[in-house]
Amino acid sequence: MAGKAATAHHDDHPTGLKRYLFSTNHKDIGTLYLIFALVGGIVGGILSIGMRMELQHPGMQIFADPHMFNAFTTAHGLIMVFFMIMPSLFGGFGNWIVPLQIGAPDMAFPRLNNISFWLLPPAFALLLISMFVPGPPGGDGVGGGWTVYAPLSTSGSPGPAMDFAILSLHVAGASSILSAINFITTIFNMRAPGMTLHKMPLFVWSILVTAFLLLLALPVLAGAITMLLTDRNFGTTFFEASGGGDPILFQHLFWFFGHPEVYIIILPAFGLISHVISTFSNKPIFGYLGMAYAMAAIGAVGFVVWAHHMYTAGISLNTQAYFVAATMVIAVPTGVKIFSWIATMWGGSIQFKTPMLWAFGFIFLFTLGGVTGVVLANAGVDRALHDTYYVVAHFHYVLSLGATFGLFAGWYYWFPKITGYMYSEFIGKLHFWVSFIGVNLVFFPQHFLGLAGMPRRYADYPDAFAGWNYVSSVGSYISGFGVLIFLFGVFLAFQRKEKAADNPWGEGATTLEWTLSSPPPFHQFEQLPKIK
Amino acid sequence: MTKGFPGKGVFAVLAAAMSFLISTPALAELGQPRPWQLGLQEAVTPIARQIDQFHDFLLVIITVISIFVLALMVYVGLRFNAKTNPKPSKTTHNTTLEVLWTVVPIIILVVIAVPSFRLLFAQYDFPKADVTIKAIGNQWYWTYEYPDNDDLTFDAIIVEDEDLKPGQPRLLATDNDVVVPVNKNIHVLITASDVLHNWTVPAFGVKVDAVPGRVLRTWFRAEKTGMFYGQCSELCGSKHAFMPIAVRVVSDEEYAAWLEKAKKEFAKAPAAPEKTADGEPSRLANLER
Repeated sequence: MAGKAATAHHDDHPTGLKRYLFSTNHKDIGTLYLIFALVGGIVGGILSIGMRMELQHPGMQIFADPHMFNAFTTAHGLIMVFFMIMPSLFGGFGNWIVPLQIGAPDMAFPRLNNISFWLLPPAFALLLISMFVPGPPGGDGVGGGWTVYAPLSTSGSPGPAMDFAILSLHVAGASSILSAINFITTIFNMRAPGMTLHKMPLFVWSILVTAFLLLLALPVLAGAITMLLTDRNFGTTFFEASGGGDPILFQHLFWFFGHPEVYIIILPAFGLISHVISTFSNKPIFGYLGMAYAMAAIGAVGFVVWAHHMYTAGISLNTQAYFVAATMVIAVPTGVKIFSWIATMWGGSIQFKTPMLWAFGFIFLFTLGGVTGVVLANAGVDRALHDTYYVVAHFHYVLSLGATFGLFAGWYYWFPKITGYMYSEFIGKLHFWVSFIGVNLVFFPQHFLGLAGMPRRYADYPDAFAGWNYVSSVGSYISGFGVLIFLFGVFLAFQRKEKAADNPWGEGATTLEWTLSSPPPFHQFEQLPKIK
Repeated sequence: MTKGFPGKGVFAVLAAAMSFLISTPALAELGQPRPWQLGLQEAVTPIARQIDQFHDFLLVIITVISIFVLALMVYVGLRFNAKTNPKPSKTTHNTTLEVLWTVVPIIILVVIAVPSFRLLFAQYDFPKADVTIKAIGNQWYWTYEYPDNDDLTFDAIIVEDEDLKPGQPRLLATDNDVVVPVNKNIHVLITASDVLHNWTVPAFGVKVDAVPGRVLRTWFRAEKTGMFYGQCSELCGSKHAFMPIAVRVVSDEEYAAWLEKAKKEFAKAPAAPEKTADGEPSRLANLER
């Protein structure tokens, strides 16, 4: 098949099941990832709206049992991280765009690519099943939060739900490790002649750094949850104090993965935002090398700051002091990125098309999330804010508002390239403004709740917190409405079938994917492009 | 959800916010959150006050940074859009600028780090204890011990909504408060019997995980009398939101009187009958641990 395709006309490709289930084509696999992420995002979003409905007023309204609320928060977190953001930014755009941008015909290991994707649906299924099987006594599903801290996830949750969730993470983790290997190999070996690492587009840089983070962090998670599994089922006591183990060990292992994970989520957004900003400012990226190495630095330092999630867990004073200092260091390369994006726009000729609006929103919202991160980095003040809504607001500003805004910037930027159709500018901009207002209403008041002391992962709260929670819930309905606008926009684009030009963005778009047709042929770059 | 609904909600919220701003807010109640509160709870210990001041300091810095970034973006958006600046420049480097935006953040971080470390070390600078208490997290209530006072032991269980007495805040009040004397150094030893919990009182500026198999400690010196509330702050299962922490700070005399009374009420054996108010059985109150 491969031999035939190489010589055949590019319309001659397998169809149906053969094309998608057995796909070895990076673009088809990328499409599968994007569709999968869409489904994951809708499920995770519905869960979050359920939570906000419960929290709209004090008292228990929606959920019969607070455990079910906990199961919703847990599933929401895991789904959004593993089955929405990662499959879309890393899996979806990574697969679609990296080979195009480096001038490669496909990924290095096409069959590995296939299994990377097809491991995800079973992983997602395992997680969904876990919501319907017994967890702790008297409740279904995992209620331990996405962090699944022991011993709540061992002795505290004897039912099979936790085992399903662990296996789900194992399978999803294996999928990510395989695709990380694939990306590293592809990027190192298959760049077009003349494309040195220092000429590589920043999105490719971001995927390269992300792939290394995945490769180094996920095995640690796999080890940690395997230890959970044996603690639960085979009588080991890694995290059981009565057997000589230590629950804090799990937290160290989890966050050794968990902190790099947040950069895994955000780095691809960093990369693609650079392209969007440069394209619509009609200006080359400012400080390209600084931008590339800032990402590498964020990735590297990201591995030595994990215990800032554990300031209240009883780690020693000197350890806390170290993690305060190390964590604050991350603000420096992040600042370099923010200012370089602004400098890229400075002196440019900015067109506020939909992707640029999202990128603009991304920069500001990510800055807000970043500065509250500097606050939380200080162990002294984290003593007041740990596990409150301030933390929820912080990480949603960087992830839900940062990474997701980056995701939508990328979506509207590459939609014409991927589908061959133009989206509706009006719907795209409406989607942006409704989402921007909605998410800020959801998360900005949560800073106030956190400062006032409202703990996170609470199904019910003291009446004094009612006001801001109400605002937050209203915001979540507005954001939910924004998602409907987004889906309508996708539907409309496929309905109108307005043909997209090969390069709809003009001379600001300089990367290789814009030299190809929209959508690109089934196999591209049969003759490798030469980079000067 | 109908389309009109969110709009109506926003309106109600704005109206509520307005009425809050124009009416004189009721005297801030110590030790618990207020409706529409924006900042930290009022501090009643030296450490909490220091946290408060440090947070105010940080808030100024991060607000200035955020406004600076926003201002740059607004300027760039107005000055350098396709209409106002049709010919883009091709500048991609400016070494001075790049050095500047690396060095200035470092200086800001150093400025933050100094008071940050001062606060952190103050939190771990344990003064000599006047009273030591032990808090043990259980699913889903706290057990308190006074090891210096004949191992006085009792459980603090949430007061159910229907049993609340006037003045008791919902989800914060417990059947038995922890009682400590005012202006004394209180050491708290914290551990857990089953899963992780977290003992915190925001007005005291303390928050410590309760970890099975470990005893962690913290300290506070409350300078005002009254009721101070906190809530379990480490996810511990279905009733995580329903195991509050209620600390009553009293004068020395009241403390001594309470000790006498409590020693009788929570005598080791036989198990004292639980207060009947919440109908909870005398769970573990005096069982072997």
